[in-house]
Amino acid sequence: MEIVLNDENFEEEVLKSELPVLVDFWAEWCPPCLMVAPVLEEISRDYAGRLKVGRLNVDENILTTTKYGIRSIPTFIIFKDGKVLGQTVGAMPREAFEVKIGEILNE
Amino acid sequence: MSEYDVIIIGGGPAGLTAGLYTARSKMKTLLLEKMVFGGQAAIATTIENYPGFPKGIEGIDLMNRTREQAEKYGLEIKSGEVVKVSLSSEDERSGSPLEKKIVKTSEEYKAIALIMATGTKPRKLVVPGEERLIGRGVSYCATCDGPLFKNRKVVVVGGGDTAVEEALFLSRFAEKTTLIHRRDELRATKIIQERAISNPKMEFVWKSIVTEVLGEAEVKGVKVRNLETGKDLILETKGVFVCIGTVPNTEFLKGVVEMDGEGFIITDENMETSIKGIYACGDVRKKLLRQVVTACGEGATAGFAAGQYVGKWKGG
Repeated sequence: MEIVLNDENFEEEVLKSELPVLVDFWAEWCPPCLMVAPVLEEISRDYAGRLKVGRLNVDENILTTTKYGIRSIPTFIIFKDGKVLGQTVGAMPREAFEVKIGEILNE
Repeated sequence: MSEYDVIIIGGGPAGLTAGLYTARSKMKTLLLEKMVFGGQAAIATTIENYPGFPKGIEGIDLMNRTREQAEKYGLEIKSGEVVKVSLSSEDERSGSPLEKKIVKTSEEYKAIALIMATGTKPRKLVVPGEERLIGRGVSYCATCDGPLFKNRKVVVVGGGDTAVEEALFLSRFAEKTTLIHRRDELRATKIIQERAISNPKMEFVWKSIVTEVLGEAEVKGVKVRNLETGKDLILETKGVFVCIGTVPNTEFLKGVVEMDGEGFIITDENMETSIKGIYACGDVRKKLLRQVVTACGEGATAGFAAGQYVGKWKGG
C-alpha cells in the first residue's frame, strides 16, 4: 500500500523512515500522474519491506512542494536517511523505476 | 522467443487503432508501449476536433476508451522499450517476404508484420540553461505543470496549434502568459489564434527567439533576441514552456526503414515503409497533419494492410 503523505506527516514518514522512500509528487489534474499511478501501486506491493512508496498531492501540500522546488509533475524523489538520493521528472515505465530503485537498494 | 502475427510499437491513438483492427481480424497481436498509454494525445487537454464529440473529449478519456475497445477484441499489451528491430535472415522460401524480428530491452519477440506507431517527442530549444532547469521551471507539458504556476509569470515558446493551445491553458492559472514566436504571425488554426489574441492575460513577443534560460536552482527568466533588430532583452519568468515542434521516436530504426532528413518514416498510401511487412502510422510518419483523427485513420489502414500481408504469408 502506498502511503498518503502530507505536510504534517512528511518528516515522520519520509525523512525519519528506516526504509528508503519513493515519493510521487502528483495532482489530480495531471494526466501522466494518473497514468503512472498503477505502476506505483505495483511497485509498493512488490517492494514491500524493502522500500516505501508515498504519494504527495502538490495542491494540498504547498510547504513540502515548495521545499523541494517541484515545478513539473509527476516528480519522483527517492529519499534515504532523510536525504534526496535521486530525482526524476515525468512518467516512466516500471522497468525504469526498477533500475533507479535497484541502484539505491544495492548500496 | 514469443511469436506473433503482428507487433505494434507504440500505444498512442495510431498504435491502439491498428491493434483494434488487427485484433478484430483475429491476428495474434502484441502492442509494446515504453512509457504510458495514450501517447501525446493522453496529455492533451480537451480534444475539440475529434469527430463525434461535439462538446470535446479529454485526451486521457479518449485513449482509455480506445485501449479498452482494443483489449476487448484480444489485443495483448505489454510495457517495454524496443531497442532494436532487425530482419531475420533471407527466408528459406525464395520470393516470399522476409520475416521480421524485434529485440526488446529484456525479451525478444518475432512477428510476421510490424507496425511502427512510436510517435514523437517535444523538440528542445538547445540553449544554455534548458537542460539544467528541466523540472525547475522548464517544461514541455503545460497540462502537466501549468497549475503549479498559479499567479506567476510564464512564457511559451512557439507559434503553432500546440503552442497557442498550451498558452491559452496556462493563462487560466498564470498571472501573465507571454508567447514568444520567431515570426510576426501565428501558424495556429484561426479559431485558436482569435482566442489567444483576445485573451487579456496573454502577451506576444514577435520575431524573437529564446537564446538562454536564466536561473540557478530555478528559472528566473529568459534571454530573448529580436531577429529583426538583433537586440537582446530579458523577460522575467518562473516558467518556460517549450512548444517548438517535435522529433520522431525513430532512433532505434535507423538503417532499417527509409526516413526523411528529420527521421520521420516514409510510407506509401497503404502505410507500408521501404521494407515489405513493416508499416508506420501516426505522428511518426512523414505527412502534413498530425492529429488524433489522422493517427486513427492511418492506424486502421496500417492494421488492415498488415493483416493482408500476414494472410499472404500464411496462405503462401
